[in-house]
Amino acid sequence: MSSIPADGEPPVAPAALLSIEALRVCFGGPARAAAVADVSLAVHPGECLGVVGESGAGKSLTFLAALGLAPAGAAVSGRVRLGQTDLLAAPEAVLDRMRGGRVGFVFQDPMTSLTPHLTIGAQIAEPIVRHRALARRAARMRVLELLEQVRMPEPARRMRQYPHELSGGMRQRAMLAIALAGEPQLLIADEPTTALDVTLQAQILALLAHFKRERGMGLVLITHDFAAVAGVADRVAVMRAGQLIETGTVREVLKRPREPYTRELLSASAEPFAPNPAAPPGTSGAAPAVLAVDDLEVRFAQSVGGVRRRWFTALEAVSVTVAGGEALGVVGESGCGKSTLMRAALQLIRPHRGRVQWLGQDLLGLPARRIRRLRRDLQLVLQDPLASLDPQLSVEQLVGEPLQIHEPSLSSEARRVRVHAMLERVGLEPALYQRRAHELSGGQCQRVGIARAMILAPRLLVCDEPLSALDVRAQRQIRLLLAQLRRGQGTSLLFVSHDLSLVRHLCERALVLYLGRMVELAPTAQLFTRPLHPYTRELLEAIALADPDLQPARLAKVALGEPAAPLERPGGCAFRVRCAHATALCAERSPPWVSAGEGRWVACHHFRLWADGMLSP
Amino acid sequence: MPGSIRERVMSRGEARSRGAMRVGAALIALLALFAVAGPWFSPYSYRALDWRHLAVPPGLIASHWLGTDALGRDLYVRTLYGLRLSLVIGGLASAVSVLIGVSWGMLAGWAGGRIDAWMMRVVDVLYALPYLFIVLILTAMLGRGNLTVLLLAIGAVGWLTLARVVRAQTLSLKRREFIEAARATGLSPRQILWRHVLPNLAGTLVAYSTLLVPQMIVYESFLSFLGLGVEPPRASLGSLINAGARQMLTAPWLLLVPAVVLVVLLLAFNLLGDGLRDVFDPSGR
Repeated sequence: MSSIPADGEPPVAPAALLSIEALRVCFGGPARAAAVADVSLAVHPGECLGVVGESGAGKSLTFLAALGLAPAGAAVSGRVRLGQTDLLAAPEAVLDRMRGGRVGFVFQDPMTSLTPHLTIGAQIAEPIVRHRALARRAARMRVLELLEQVRMPEPARRMRQYPHELSGGMRQRAMLAIALAGEPQLLIADEPTTALDVTLQAQILALLAHFKRERGMGLVLITHDFAAVAGVADRVAVMRAGQLIETGTVREVLKRPREPYTRELLSASAEPFAPNPAAPPGTSGAAPAVLAVDDLEVRFAQSVGGVRRRWFTALEAVSVTVAGGEALGVVGESGCGKSTLMRAALQLIRPHRGRVQWLGQDLLGLPARRIRRLRRDLQLVLQDPLASLDPQLSVEQLVGEPLQIHEPSLSSEARRVRVHAMLERVGLEPALYQRRAHELSGGQCQRVGIARAMILAPRLLVCDEPLSALDVRAQRQIRLLLAQLRRGQGTSLLFVSHDLSLVRHLCERALVLYLGRMVELAPTAQLFTRPLHPYTRELLEAIALADPDLQPARLAKVALGEPAAPLERPGGCAFRVRCAHATALCAERSPPWVSAGEGRWVACHHFRLWADGMLSP
Repeated sequence: MPGSIRERVMSRGEARSRGAMRVGAALIALLALFAVAGPWFSPYSYRALDWRHLAVPPGLIASHWLGTDALGRDLYVRTLYGLRLSLVIGGLASAVSVLIGVSWGMLAGWAGGRIDAWMMRVVDVLYALPYLFIVLILTAMLGRGNLTVLLLAIGAVGWLTLARVVRAQTLSLKRREFIEAARATGLSPRQILWRHVLPNLAGTLVAYSTLLVPQMIVYESFLSFLGLGVEPPRASLGSLINAGARQMLTAPWLLLVPAVVLVVLLLAFNLLGDGLRDVFDPSGR
């Protein structure tokens, strides 16, 4: 905390670590519109600058161009200084030495930014050897040290593994270790948490805040979500369409935004704990169940060392029902089995044991032909909006396909009328009907996916993380659209997500899964105000709030370490290794699934003892 | 956003290969046109013997523009006739190969597991068979100069590579999310293969089958060169080269003319095929 004043004014220009003045980036000659137009920013030592904007706002490009990483064909002008060095005038050799040395990078997708054929250890050692000229043994020690600092679980083993052997969170930790290896004065993190689930998001953000404090380095945090910057950033810059809209301290921008655009973005960073008038009153128990899953178990064969196979239980003893017209959320971190549950319920994978009933009819024994006919009432929206649309088909063809399959007698004219009506309902303009998926934005793609699923007016809509690939504004729009469509048609909803705050807005009840088992089932309102399971509580605490007064304290409470990997499921209560309240009983016996009254269910030995004292913020 | 920029950078290299592709396509069109219409401009037929002009070199003598062979047959007409045959056989054999290869590869890739393993072992076995022996045995059994045998012999090897390529592509397509979305929508496997897998294979197919044509032409020429293909008086580029090679020293044009035509034809198809592959399947380089 030595280099920044505790409050108020950040130090002015002379002390700036990185200063960008009137930066302009253009593509394809001066006639084209600038992708970044006259952006001036400064980052000081020990300070975090949050750069917020929608996708395509030019946030990443600004910093890539400033550090000489603009794509070929880009015309960059302006002045960029890193300490005393003029970066735009510097020769490539100087820039090379600077990147990975004085400046470190962390990118959004740790899978694509790590080299697949090198071990994590080798990739972390690279900048150490290059920038600090250490001997191999010393470098190895340093790698281990770095991995410990980024809280990599089992660092000695992980450093010998390849990127594909690590989970998403571990990969991001490895990226962070690489970025820190050169002892950077400035760290640029480009959407470092977007690809991660809520708990990991909180952990990575907490780590970044920790390093900023410990090392006094400058940090640039590029993101689409105000909630991500609220706990870490000292100052915030808002960008839109290549232009700087607003800058100020976090408190100024988040509490008293000047620009209407900032206000709009802020309102999209949903207030997760606010009362939710949009959710219809709980219908649980009232209507008969449309979908009933009973004692479901799903296993996957895993080849270990290429030949021998062992079984990995992805889902165990899961029983849940979705009532007619009800929205049920399924929540948990990546690898908890929530997508597996959804796939098994839809008969897209074959469960090992258990029953799936649709309107009282057992789905498991049914021949494929019958199931295909039933699918008209059981539609699915997938996570990646672009990947789930056939790249060869136009929007109109994509949305018309379910009709072709399930109502083949419909004339092409009648089909077109219905397709257009549906596309209008999801808010797509006629100009887009002939486009292909790659010509649409993420939000538009997801609208097509929803239109495709809803055109048959299904009785149950299953959504697998339909919002996590979108930026906050598109998230909010799609969320509202889903709620509206559901209300209009009385469709039941099975909504799978890692983000409790989204479930809160859409669902009446939520099921929390941990390592393939149910830990808590409750009406969402109660789940938020009085969680019964310590894991639910952890999920709630991990939700980032776009509030600079609350978020730093919340982030400070987040554990920096990694949760247990799903393969090493401990005996007894699987959560006990992470649980602060675990006792000998928890290691001995797995907790029973018991009713806690008011339609709540929980699997914890001690929920009665401690839950009453707990209140969420 | 960075994606679109990268595309723009890539396109510089692509522009070059597109130029080559156009040259290839133009050459093929020109050669095909000549093969069809060229003989009309000559007074001779491919089998007519001109006793007064035996083995004349290229020139203007009696409209034998490219000379004649030892029996006085017009080389211009015979080369074009051979070109016609090469194109027809190349095209037919490729079409048959594509049909077999695509169905085989798509089924294997979609079925997966044991069926896939067996189907691919069949391909491996066919790859491993001494191809030339089989053709020799077939011709011995069914008689020389039988066009059906020729087509069969060529087609038997042509589809193997394609089946492998298609299988690999189907395997990777199968795991894509839009296929799962199609399953969830309620499409049957046949509908999924027809509507979502095949159209997404189309680019690769166009490229690889264009590259298949010159391969088939080479096989045919090779067999004809060995005397296992087309029988006189009919001619293919391969049998013409064979005949020309025997009089290489006394009448070099008899070898040069069909050889040059064959090389240009193969080059044109390869240019087009390579270009198409770059456009449709940038990873396949």
